Amino acid sequence: MKTILRTSQINKYFLEPVKFHVLKDIDFEINAGEFLTIVGKSGCGKSTLLYILSTMDTAYEGTLEINGQQLTGLPQNQLAKFRNEHIGFVFQFHYLLPEFSAIKNVMLPAMKLGKYTRKEIEERAYEKLRLLDVHEQALKPTNKLSGGQQQRVAIARALINDPAVIMGDEPTGNLDKSNSQIVFDILKELSRSYNQTIIAVTHDTDFADNSDRTIEMSDGMIIKQ
Amino acid sequence: MALGLAANIAKTHLLAKIRQTVIASLGVTFGIAMFIVMISFMTGVNKFLEDTMLTATPHIRIYNDIETNRRSILDEVKSGEGRMNVVYHQKPKDEKLNLKNGLRIAERVRREPAVLGVSPQLTSQVFYNYGPSELTGILTGVNILDEDALYDIKTKLKSGSLEALLSSSDGVLMGKGLAEKLNVTIGNRVSVTTPKGHTILVKVVGTYQVGIGEIDNVRSYANLSTVQKVLQEDPRYITDLHIKLTDLEQARPLAKRLQNTYGYKAEDWETANASILVSFTIRNVMTSVVVTTLLIVAGFGIYNIMSMTIYDKMKDIAILKATGFDGHDIVQMFLLQAIVIGAIGGTAGLLIGYALSYLLSITPFETGDFLAIDTFPVNFNPWFYVSGIVFGILTTVLAGYFPAKRASKVDPVSILRG
Repeated sequence: MKTILRTSQINKYFLEPVKFHVLKDIDFEINAGEFLTIVGKSGCGKSTLLYILSTMDTAYEGTLEINGQQLTGLPQNQLAKFRNEHIGFVFQFHYLLPEFSAIKNVMLPAMKLGKYTRKEIEERAYEKLRLLDVHEQALKPTNKLSGGQQQRVAIARALINDPAVIMGDEPTGNLDKSNSQIVFDILKELSRSYNQTIIAVTHDTDFADNSDRTIEMSDGMIIKQ
Repeated sequence: MALGLAANIAKTHLLAKIRQTVIASLGVTFGIAMFIVMISFMTGVNKFLEDTMLTATPHIRIYNDIETNRRSILDEVKSGEGRMNVVYHQKPKDEKLNLKNGLRIAERVRREPAVLGVSPQLTSQVFYNYGPSELTGILTGVNILDEDALYDIKTKLKSGSLEALLSSSDGVLMGKGLAEKLNVTIGNRVSVTTPKGHTILVKVVGTYQVGIGEIDNVRSYANLSTVQKVLQEDPRYITDLHIKLTDLEQARPLAKRLQNTYGYKAEDWETANASILVSFTIRNVMTSVVVTTLLIVAGFGIYNIMSMTIYDKMKDIAILKATGFDGHDIVQMFLLQAIVIGAIGGTAGLLIGYALSYLLSITPFETGDFLAIDTFPVNFNPWFYVSGIVFGILTTVLAGYFPAKRASKVDPVSILRG
């Protein structure tokens, strides 16, 4: 089994308001195609860990490696390029750009990547939207969609560049029961049918119980994996 | 990233919040419009005053500068070490004010390459009497065609004609203000008395207005021969040579040369109008200060609007960064928006500035007889418009660059985690 993400000895401190040791010696690996959830009480550092994994937070000690490439210490712009190509991010809130239509939101990361022509990108984006069953909303402005639809468009956006790993920061945190179920099923389906690696931070025990593997954190440490 | 994507996003941002875009552009528009109006008006006034001064001033004036403080004869005859002569109540020598060989000097000066025209003049202080009114003034004898070549008298005539003066032996062209004070019109006869007590009756054949009260209220033109007659001098008697040059800047060196060549005082326009020139300098400095202040204020306004626009978009920036856009993309995106806002706002500013300047230039402006002006003077210099638009775009780009630069460095985590 191929290892897609590896951390070694990740430590992080918050300096404000007082120095605080948030993450302590985080060591773990994720295999390709795995659907991993990270659980723990509020403030245990799970979201902080996820943002480090996402390469957006660079203020930590230790090393992070995704897809065989060591990312620790790379300059911001290279990390941005890496994120664009290899990481799809789904937030608790959908965070779609309100000025753009649903399909345009999905297309933007691909246009940034510039691997395909505009026409191809549009087709691919439409394909992703269809996969998530929101293709009928493609041309609507994102603020005209329901919460569940918005989150699905956000997942489509995360998928557009065929990333090595999708990261979700409580991707169902803002959704009601049925929408949560839909989003979960989609992630599960992606993992199973497309061998998509997924890491999600969640509070939802049902969500965690149904994933392939769960890492439990407490006080900045992994207590069970 | 291809510039196309940044342009694409920039366009969507601008169009999505069209009201904000318009308001941001209006900020630029207002600044540029005010800049155009202020600089056009202020330089217009300066230029008008300068032109008015120059139209009535010779570039070089040659005259006989009499030394009244001369050495006494005793000093000339008996002087030396250990002697001191005291002469009480020494009177100035009775010297004539004329330029000897003046007309011949005029002919020679006229042949100088830099010289546009020469007008020999004979000027005398006089009293004008018409019925009970009695006014002091100046009577200037000229060859009216030479004078016209220098000062464009023909266009300044309010009544009568140059030919009428040429064809009469005792005609005068009277300053408009002077004619009004004396209450005379064409055809009236006015008596003129010189300081030496000679009197002559002259006939008003026309009136003119130069636009400067100091001239229009005191001076009349007559033929050289008329003035020579009243002063009881010979036909070669002249007191001044007025010279116009092709290039203003050459006045000073040429004046110096003429003075050395002919031995008479030659005064260039800058020396003659030193005090006025100082006031011009001060006014120009004031214009620069006001315009600079205006530009700085406008610049800060633009900066405010641009940073507000960008801080409004902080969340979008964080999302874009999270999905893989880097700092350069962000800067590019907002710079493009800034350029568009600057260009649209700046262009509108130029149009409004032009419209306001035009309105100002047709607004009636009453100055009485002091200046020949009916409406506000406005300077429609294309350079103001070029610098206006350049400034507008440059400021907007700078004002967009700094907040964009800061925004591009923002940590998406801190925004997205709330």
